[in-house]
Amino acid sequence: MDFFLSRYRNLTVLLIVIVAQLLLIAYQVKSNKDVALIRVWAVTAVTPVEQGLELVRHYTWGFVEDYFVLLHVRSQNDKLQHENGQLKIENHYLKSELATADRAQALSVFQAHSPSKTVAARVIGNGTGANSKVVFIDRGSTSGIESGMAVVTPDGIVGKVVDAYPMASLVMLATDPTFAAGVISQKNRVRGTLKGLGQTKCLVDYAQNEEKVDEGEWFYTSGDDRIFPRGFPVGQVTSVHNGKTFKEIYLVPSGMQGGVEEVLIMLEGQHLQIPDSETATPGYKILPAPTEAAGQIPEPTGQQPSVLSTDADRLREQYRQSGEAQHKPFGEGFVAPDFTKIQGIRASTPAPARAPQTTTAPPTTSAPQTTSGPQTTSGPQTTTATQPSRDREGAPPPKPGVTATAPAAAAPPKPKPHPTAPILVTDPTDADPDAVPPPAPKTDKPAKPIGNGTPPGNGAPPSRPPSGNQ
Amino acid sequence: MSEYTERLLSSPSHKDKSDRLRIVWLIVIPLIAILFQVYVPRFVSFLSYLELPLLITVHFALGRRGPIASVFYGMSIGLVQDSLSHQPIGMFGIVKTLVGYFAASVSQRFDVDNPIVTFILSFFFYFFHQFFYWVLARALLGEAMIFDPQQTLLFGLLNAAVALPLFHILDKLKVAA
Repeated sequence: MDFFLSRYRNLTVLLIVIVAQLLLIAYQVKSNKDVALIRVWAVTAVTPVEQGLELVRHYTWGFVEDYFVLLHVRSQNDKLQHENGQLKIENHYLKSELATADRAQALSVFQAHSPSKTVAARVIGNGTGANSKVVFIDRGSTSGIESGMAVVTPDGIVGKVVDAYPMASLVMLATDPTFAAGVISQKNRVRGTLKGLGQTKCLVDYAQNEEKVDEGEWFYTSGDDRIFPRGFPVGQVTSVHNGKTFKEIYLVPSGMQGGVEEVLIMLEGQHLQIPDSETATPGYKILPAPTEAAGQIPEPTGQQPSVLSTDADRLREQYRQSGEAQHKPFGEGFVAPDFTKIQGIRASTPAPARAPQTTTAPPTTSAPQTTSGPQTTSGPQTTTATQPSRDREGAPPPKPGVTATAPAAAAPPKPKPHPTAPILVTDPTDADPDAVPPPAPKTDKPAKPIGNGTPPGNGAPPSRPPSGNQ
Repeated sequence: MSEYTERLLSSPSHKDKSDRLRIVWLIVIPLIAILFQVYVPRFVSFLSYLELPLLITVHFALGRRGPIASVFYGMSIGLVQDSLSHQPIGMFGIVKTLVGYFAASVSQRFDVDNPIVTFILSFFFYFFHQFFYWVLARALLGEAMIFDPQQTLLFGLLNAAVALPLFHILDKLKVAA
């Protein structure tokens, strides 16, 4: 035995070690238990070293790593600052684009829901002139834009087109001093004329002191000027107090608050109903809201003009009849009928091209238009020229180069006859400066001018919209 | 040889110091190898193919040329490896015990200082280690381990390539100790 162990000692030790480990494995597998002692020793011996290595690695390699990282921090900082600046610019640009998209969406929604036929445009520039409140839009006559068309936004009116060029148009804003439009209040249906003042505020003129207008009350377009359809919001009254003859009502146009960038031009306007206010001031007999279609404009019929027709309608009807009698259709051809043969029209000497256009002489170079009434060739300047003065005691001196304030410019020195019906009285100073107040025309129109003195300078005589409560 | 030099060589203090250093190295180097295996692949994953404890066992067995010491040396390293694994303790112990024994047996018949022999032996023992571990896992634990001969051969070559400089460094350290 000793010989065997001494001769095969190595093999014997190997077998013993192997068998011992096999038994160990068999025990672990059989009993499903672990030899915790060996594992604890091994783990206890190894893990502290491992933790130390990890600490060393963290404070050495991490430091080296940070050092190499910090080498590029300055350049990275510059790069990031540059990138941050670019992102800020891009963010600002995207925000403005988003705001533009919101405005465009609101405009398109309004355009889709509005019964009026409109075309959207973008403001591309301002007009020149210190006190001028005009802007250029990127739509012109090629898009169907014509002079006198209303310019609105979903929030309210903006102005009107005064010149239409092929690719652009000039829009007079409501704040322009020469702007005027017929307006009506929401609560008490007080009519007036919106006038620009060259500021952010506008004046509502020709509202009697006896009428009641509250601060905060909304004004809407009355449709009397035949430019703005009835029922479009104009603005909210900011201040109101009695004046010498008329109330001084100031409002801020709601369609221009926050700047004007995208607008809608009304190719074919449709009248809307003015929304009813909740409470109306007692003391007035307020008729119910109009029930007929707001967009229906009554046409004068033959010899019996409708009660709802305006002076301009009646005058146009007379022009048409005169043209038929002279076999020169009114509004057609190049030779105009001789309107001096119309009974009741003041005869005068051949009127110059820029003669007053109101009641004394018919237009000589252009036929009167449906929407703007008798006009001269002065175009949008007639708006300025024919606006009534607030002071009815005397007419202001005529401006050079502006027509229509003084009919005597082309009339003979003989005493001017009093106008006979039908006559279009657009300006008290134009009708008869000697008579205060101006004589009522001998027509069947009411004594109080319909539209409460809406100046024809807007391009149209006052007309009565199809409403029963006015 | 003079009396003085003979007394110096037989000095017990010098011999004890050398033995203590050798024992420290015998413990530290396997520990470093095991730490390398469990720590370095965390950051350098492709180094996981290195079986440094096996190479340390082979180096010890080839240099010691004593089968019994190599058996216990291999068994100890294997058991520590088992302790840090989720396998039952003894799997790596048995395999490395066999590797230590056979390496020590081979070293008595071949010139293990030759690099080519060292390379071939390292490659062979790596393959043997992986194969025998696979056999034990299937036979004793019933685990369906996958043995890929091609991958094992490739990794064997890589370990043998690493073994040459490693053994050279360890020899230098042994001489210094």
